[in-house]
Amino acid sequence: MRDVAIVGIGIGKFGSLWEKSFRDLAVEASLDAIKDAGVDHIDSMYVGNFSAGTLIEQEHIAPLVADYLGYRLIPSTRVENACASGSSAFRMGLIEVASGISDVVLVVGAEKMTDIKTSEALYSLSLAADREYEGYQGITFPGLFALVAKRHMFEFGTTRKQLSAVAIKNHKNAYRNPKAQFHQLVNEEDIENSPMIADPLRLYDCSPITDGAAAVILMPLDEAKKLSNLHHPLVKVSGIGQANDTIALAQRDSLVGFAATTEAAKKAYKMSEKKIEDIDVAEIHDCFTIAEICAIEDLGFFPKGKGGEAVEAGLTEIGGKIPINPSGGLKGKGHPVGATGVVQIANIVEQLRGEAGENQVKNAKVGLAQNLGGSGATVVVTILEVV
Amino acid sequence: MFTIPRIWREKPQRYRLEASECSKCGYVMYPPRKVCPKCGSEELTRVTLPETGKISTYTIIRTAPLGFTELSPYVVAIVEFSNGARVMMQIVDTDFDKIEIGKKVKLVFRKLFTEGESGVIMYGPKAIVVED
Repeated sequence: MRDVAIVGIGIGKFGSLWEKSFRDLAVEASLDAIKDAGVDHIDSMYVGNFSAGTLIEQEHIAPLVADYLGYRLIPSTRVENACASGSSAFRMGLIEVASGISDVVLVVGAEKMTDIKTSEALYSLSLAADREYEGYQGITFPGLFALVAKRHMFEFGTTRKQLSAVAIKNHKNAYRNPKAQFHQLVNEEDIENSPMIADPLRLYDCSPITDGAAAVILMPLDEAKKLSNLHHPLVKVSGIGQANDTIALAQRDSLVGFAATTEAAKKAYKMSEKKIEDIDVAEIHDCFTIAEICAIEDLGFFPKGKGGEAVEAGLTEIGGKIPINPSGGLKGKGHPVGATGVVQIANIVEQLRGEAGENQVKNAKVGLAQNLGGSGATVVVTILEVV
Repeated sequence: MFTIPRIWREKPQRYRLEASECSKCGYVMYPPRKVCPKCGSEELTRVTLPETGKISTYTIIRTAPLGFTELSPYVVAIVEFSNGARVMMQIVDTDFDKIEIGKKVKLVFRKLFTEGESGVIMYGPKAIVVED
């Protein structure tokens, strides 16, 4: 297997982008990544996308994006794994380069969510749960994570204030990220006065509906070193792990965490020959505030049940023990579903290159991204390091 | 998309509350499956869910999805049965302040969903909190 480097990244502005279509978003991020890499062509591409069929009434989007990017007659494949579509597409691109099948692969994640009514977008998202045994009982995605939050509070005494601390931190980080959807600081009062969505989760516990795209270019590390116009430190993909779990939340062994995160991380740590202590910065799937608390426990940054305390104590701030979501995370930066797994990886690349602006974590050499699909039925963990 | 065939073929689990029990390891799964997710055995027998269970966790849905808005707010819980099976279902006919983790519930058979005024009606299990 060949070592693989990320030689280019493209991160679009996230938000309610009414002036841009799905194809605009995907093409712009892809062009930015290609220019950033300085490559003159790509051999193959993967498109991470969750639900173009219901969100924009368009399937078969992989050739569409390739076509509008100016590529004909190359392989272009869509990968769908709910909210983990982007990282699952990235993994396929990585496998294609590592195996020697292709030398220059583009991975782009994109989602266009604001062309339809919010209720319709929420319906579309709800299809990532078990339709027949969760959806038909009237559960929603905030509802699924509320079930986890309620149990987490019951078993460990996790508090309302600790959930709020996640949102406050991620909004603060997003405030300094020009690409983020929200540039609005929130405080405890704002959160506790926001509408209850599914007890105990309020509006400000939830990530928003977002349009956006992000892209990366993968190459064999040895080839990447020969790129004449390389103007960044090279970032290598040291490890990746993916794991699944039961589609329905009720059938998980634990209702206070996500076993797929722990398993995916175990694989990624092993492949990268890294330990948890080696990680300098992490982008985590905070689709809801409770998800970030569970993730930092499941990944091993903090003991089970202690995640809330850690956030409240500031240990996950930029400059803290382990900075979590310096980009603002899904909560503050936005969650264009198919783009999320790719932008997390691109954000880590920015950190490792030292290009993260006001949100730069000092001396970041090794970073981790965790992307979770559904209520935890798919998780991909990726570990990157600067060469 | 609550089509008639889709509801009709789910009758055993929705109307008769059938689950599968693994003959090898004893794991009980609802809905029924062909392969035990714990040990991989294909030797599964049909059992009926017990009539009572307890609440593992719950939430009150206040922003309902399409098709459920007229019920809102309503409670969705994960109920654990004495044989270990865990099922997601609504808790009905119970004051919200009587609902707690660990509370005992009794299964009832209720309307799950109506598709418009002249569309399909789907029935299935829900639960009521009972005092010990």
